[in-house]
Amino acid sequence: MKIRALLASSLCGMLVGFSASAADLLVSAASSLSSVGTALAVQYQNDHPGTNVLMSFAASDAVLQQIQNGAPADIFASADPAAMDRAVVSKAVEAATRRDFASNDVVMVVPIDNPAKISSLADLRRADVKRIALGNPAWVPAGRYSQAGLQSSGDWDNVHSKAVLSQNVRQALDYVARGEAQAGFVFATDAASMRDKVKVVGILPTPEPVRYSIALVNRQGRHPQAQPFLDFVISPQGQAILAKYGFKAL
Amino acid sequence: MPDFIVPLLLSLKVAAWATLFASILGISLAFLLSRWRSPWSDVIDSVLTLPLVLPPTVIGYYLLVLLGRRGWLGQWLDQWGVHLVFTWQGAVIAASIVSFPMVLKSARAAFQDVSPQMEDAARVLGLTTPAIFFRVSLPLASRGIVAGILLAFARALGEFGATLMIAGSIPGQTQTLSIAIYEAVQAGNDNLAASLVGVVSITCVVVLWSASRLAPGKSRMNAGARP
Repeated sequence: MKIRALLASSLCGMLVGFSASAADLLVSAASSLSSVGTALAVQYQNDHPGTNVLMSFAASDAVLQQIQNGAPADIFASADPAAMDRAVVSKAVEAATRRDFASNDVVMVVPIDNPAKISSLADLRRADVKRIALGNPAWVPAGRYSQAGLQSSGDWDNVHSKAVLSQNVRQALDYVARGEAQAGFVFATDAASMRDKVKVVGILPTPEPVRYSIALVNRQGRHPQAQPFLDFVISPQGQAILAKYGFKAL
Repeated sequence: MPDFIVPLLLSLKVAAWATLFASILGISLAFLLSRWRSPWSDVIDSVLTLPLVLPPTVIGYYLLVLLGRRGWLGQWLDQWGVHLVFTWQGAVIAASIVSFPMVLKSARAAFQDVSPQMEDAARVLGLTTPAIFFRVSLPLASRGIVAGILLAFARALGEFGATLMIAGSIPGQTQTLSIAIYEAVQAGNDNLAASLVGVVSITCVVVLWSASRLAPGKSRMNAGARP
């Protein structure tokens, strides 16, 4: 009898838990925003008691895929205009709410002990440099920026032949931090989050500046706090938090 | 050449090697455990079955920490110029570990079904222990073992999480079918994803159908029905 009561109450608890999640504000964002995004959410929750902000991170195009397939996100934040353009074209987001809100640098990183002694892009051509990590340009913005930058410096063919393509920018960083890749290309803010494990060799100039954008997801029943949260991100207070994590103003 | 050929061939290569390793290890350990009458044999069995229940990411993490350039086994292998991370051999290790319990479980049950009287009779007739294993126990348990091997092959073919962590996703080198599917979906390439999914589904149906035809219970009924 006791067991039955316990089962019944836990089932009720699960159902309540399920329905309660609908009241949370869900922000789906680029992987490179993971540290700062959580800080923004915490600050917003402090300012707005009663609002619960959930963050979900993946490569920008992977996030967009989830939203296009019906993930109940309220806000989409992408690391490059290409992903956001696609979101606008597919009407996954409301075009009128789109705002660019931050910038970043693409940097070349090596493991902190730099076993391959890499100090320039030219060193990547050496035969003993075998593995270079970067996000898959097919769906990772950091990979696209890196590819564009390496193409204009004439290094893309070499890097591509040695590339280990990762699922998102943080995974590329992890490959370098573990010493599995001898070098990698990530955002400056990602590199800064692992200062004890990776060393920045230099900034990779990109033809187009890195541009983060944010927009409201186009769906029925969107959380009423979605627009205020977006306003908070582009407000001086939100921008100060972004700056603290190394993001640059546009 | 269709896009799915390269990942399909790679998946088959990785799964075949993994099944070979899993089978050799699984069959020999299953035989020892089924003949060793001790409470410890069940404890060891449970530990060896862990890869079946642990999340593949846990296996992947263990392997990365163990075999990575900074891992203690990885550092040792490094001296011999052997690197397993980001190689198809690394994918084979991941697939072997996750598919090995399939062979172990099926083979142990099959060996336990073999009547000890048969083995005793063989011993009385003068066969050595290895000869008893190869000429009596193994043939009698073969159906259960083959079913386990097929299940292991299907599991190895579908391996994703641990493989992605240890071998990464390098097209033509470590990008197996299941990883290629994941990447096609990530990139929004639904046509490619659909064709890859079709290939995997058909392959797995064939493997499972073969396994069910060789399942121990059925085999006995068939054997009894035969003239």
